[in-house]
Amino acid sequence: MPVLELRGITKSFPGVLANQDINLTLEKGEIHALLGENGAGKTTLMNILYGLYRPNEGEILINDQKVDIEGPSDAIARGIGMVHQHFMLVPVMTVTENVMLGNETTRNGVFLDREKVSKRIREISDQYGLEVDPEAYIKDLPVGIQQRVEIIKVLYRQADILIFDEPTAVLTPQEVEGLIKIIRSLIASGKSLIFITHKLKEVLEVADRITVLRLGRVVGSAIPGQVDERKLAEMMVGREVNLVVDKQIAQPKEAVLEVKDLFVRDERDNPAINGLSFTVHSGEVMGVAGVQGNGQTELVYALTGLLRSASGSILLSGKDIHKSTPRQIIEQGVAHVPEDRQKHGLVLSFPLLDNMVLCTYYQPPFAKGVNMQEKIIIQNGVELVKQFDVRTPSVFVAASTLSGGNQQKVIVAREFSRPIKLLIASQPTRGLDVGSIEYIHGRIIEKRDEGTAVLVVSSELDEIIALSDRIAVMYRGRIVDILPAGATKEHLGLLMAGVKPEDIPESAKKKSAGPVEKVF
Amino acid sequence: MMNTKTTLQSDDMRPRIVWGIVLIAVGLLVLFLFAFSTEAGQVTRFGLNEAKADAFVIPDLVLPSQATTYAMALVLIAVGAFQMARGVKSNSALVTVLAFCFVMAFLVWAARDKSFSLVGMLSSSFVRATPIALAALCGVISERAGVTNIGIEGTMLFAAQVSVIVGTTTGSLWLALLSAILTGGLIAALHAFLVIKFKVDQIISGTAVNILGAGTTSFISSRFLEKNIDALNNSGTFPAISIPLLSKIPVLGPVLFDNTPIVYLTMILVVILHIVLFYTPWGLRTRAVGEHPKAADTLGVNVFLTRYVNVIVGGMFAGIGGAYFTIGSVGRFDEIMTAGKGFIGLAAMIFGKWTPIGAYTSSLIFGFADSLQVKLQILQVGIPPEFLLMAPYIVTMIVLTGVVGKAVAPAADGVAYEK
Repeated sequence: MPVLELRGITKSFPGVLANQDINLTLEKGEIHALLGENGAGKTTLMNILYGLYRPNEGEILINDQKVDIEGPSDAIARGIGMVHQHFMLVPVMTVTENVMLGNETTRNGVFLDREKVSKRIREISDQYGLEVDPEAYIKDLPVGIQQRVEIIKVLYRQADILIFDEPTAVLTPQEVEGLIKIIRSLIASGKSLIFITHKLKEVLEVADRITVLRLGRVVGSAIPGQVDERKLAEMMVGREVNLVVDKQIAQPKEAVLEVKDLFVRDERDNPAINGLSFTVHSGEVMGVAGVQGNGQTELVYALTGLLRSASGSILLSGKDIHKSTPRQIIEQGVAHVPEDRQKHGLVLSFPLLDNMVLCTYYQPPFAKGVNMQEKIIIQNGVELVKQFDVRTPSVFVAASTLSGGNQQKVIVAREFSRPIKLLIASQPTRGLDVGSIEYIHGRIIEKRDEGTAVLVVSSELDEIIALSDRIAVMYRGRIVDILPAGATKEHLGLLMAGVKPEDIPESAKKKSAGPVEKVF
Repeated sequence: MMNTKTTLQSDDMRPRIVWGIVLIAVGLLVLFLFAFSTEAGQVTRFGLNEAKADAFVIPDLVLPSQATTYAMALVLIAVGAFQMARGVKSNSALVTVLAFCFVMAFLVWAARDKSFSLVGMLSSSFVRATPIALAALCGVISERAGVTNIGIEGTMLFAAQVSVIVGTTTGSLWLALLSAILTGGLIAALHAFLVIKFKVDQIISGTAVNILGAGTTSFISSRFLEKNIDALNNSGTFPAISIPLLSKIPVLGPVLFDNTPIVYLTMILVVILHIVLFYTPWGLRTRAVGEHPKAADTLGVNVFLTRYVNVIVGGMFAGIGGAYFTIGSVGRFDEIMTAGKGFIGLAAMIFGKWTPIGAYTSSLIFGFADSLQVKLQILQVGIPPEFLLMAPYIVTMIVLTGVVGKAVAPAADGVAYEK
């Protein structure tokens, strides 16, 4: 008897059919992986189960009983708990307060009983190996620990059916291992688990059963021993996918970007970069690996002029640009694919054709004096849409109407279509589907082969390994080590977690056989 | 270790020097403006007893004007110099020294050769702080739940007018107060409905409430109230209630324990709101909804309901604040009689870091500035009254520049929640 069964779930949003006739069962003590690209409808489905959305059709059965879930409190009452992809934690409150929120224990029926709750948290911590200080404030905790708090929140409410939505997206490889251990202990204590992800390797490692979603439908299911990554990727995307980035050995030439002793303060005036030096040469890809929040964002901001560096120098082909404005830097041939494409990459309400000339609109041929040359701008838009395979009804639609992958293609089209000598790409494929990732990676390598110096910043280790010719690992605002291509994931992961280069065991540095594989 | 220490020092260097310079500059200002214009032998008499006889009378505070002003100037300069050389950790300590010395020197100078009732002024500070504090509490409870309410001024005007009309027609001041509370709640409910249900921009909606309040009450006032003063606009006021024994304590008694019901009510509300906000489930939910509504929603907390209730209760606080102007102090309604107190309340809320006790304390500062201004006009110190009238507003502006530590608003403050 399954603990949970979804029958014929259908959910439509204006213009989109997010879920279409989905059937799914979860057995007791099982880890059921829900695999699919972004936008395949995984999160929508789970939000329906958790009561955040109401389905248009279909029913939910828990222990063979039909239930009506009208809101999160119904879901919680029926033993469903969700560990959200974007943590649902209040940063300025303590762990205890976050855990008790919505389900408070009181003294005399009026006053919050913090002691009792923190005692219960300690019990849960001990039982499942989820070590955390109940009195700590969330904002002071690293993401890995924050995730533990999310799990404790769910266990505190005595959930039996646990949903993990992309739980590994923000973790280092070592933290992922820790999470998997926790998941195993949850299963051992009789919980059942739905594990949402788009990472193939994880699925094969963790799941008992896999269901693949594409475009809102179930396209197949599998059992880990009987499929491989290639087969799963094909099911996800609907066509054969090239999992490996084809590239030749890099031919680095002269230094294009030289950063020396850079110190940068972040927007809140805290030191973010503490003395960092490196060089990127023409014709090579330098990857910057690191757990989010170790200064990568500020590094990119400093290099592109969005944040003034406190001291040090940034030389672009020998010229110091650390006091230049973003426009001056752009004009010297620097392209920037920003981390947050919607905030910093596009003007969402502008049509595509205007977005395509955001950094060149004031120059000929797009402007003559103060007059914009509309015809040329339209023509440019049409050509780039064709050249970069942007799927859009026309160049006149607002950028906000495109999917994430196509929005990213618009940015890539704009940045790659002008003469550049340095490309800075920050999280270039975050949230994109396998097909778009394949495309953007191909374009980046193409630029490298044309002789552009490329700096790729990504928190996805697989992406860094797939693209880079050299890999710099950042930790707390410093580059702890620069490794050659082909460094092992374990080695990188330890550096990312703050282990000193001299303390890395030899076993971690050994390269496993076979080509470097890219996993999504 | 060494390294971090040096960075820390250089971090503190600039503000330290700036603070030192400010202190010394103010010290010099005190010296030139006040100390130099006093004469030897002049004394300033601060009255420490209310007119009503206390249980035991304590002697008035008599200070030599010249020596005191010089002393204050020297203290400021000395603290400034010390700050430049060594540095004091706490900015609020510096501000306290700065404010105390400056105000003290100013009062001693202004009241030289005269007598000045310190107790009277402190007592009137508490009274004048009351509407500001109520407006600030309204702001605290709404914004903690994530809804900005800048319509407090308009809400208070409505409540002030309704309460005077109800008070005059029924003859019951308690009914008048109740009607003010309901009016405040109703106006806030309108604001809440617009910004929660229809997601109208919260600043626009608040501004609309202010304009509506000013326009409607002025119209009703000139059309009806002024023509029928005895029938509609003459409610009388709450009498002061002396608390037995406590009100006999020297200085504190007349200041704290001899007030009108609205002043007491405000003090009680501050304590209640503090307890509710930080020690009860409702408070926890309110703060969560103001910081991260989605997180609260996923835990089954009804974000919309929480916001409605908080905004409406806040409106009731503002309603009491409105009642203060009419049935709490003068017994009749005048056009735009709130004179920006609702906005000053918002400043007090920010200065008080969105906490009830902080908001009340900062309201007292504004109340002090207000009562000082009145006292100085009576003393005829030779400063044009127009400038004196500005005092509370100037204090507001100084406070809002964030000189005294930056406050962080609730993260979801002013943002409509979308499911």
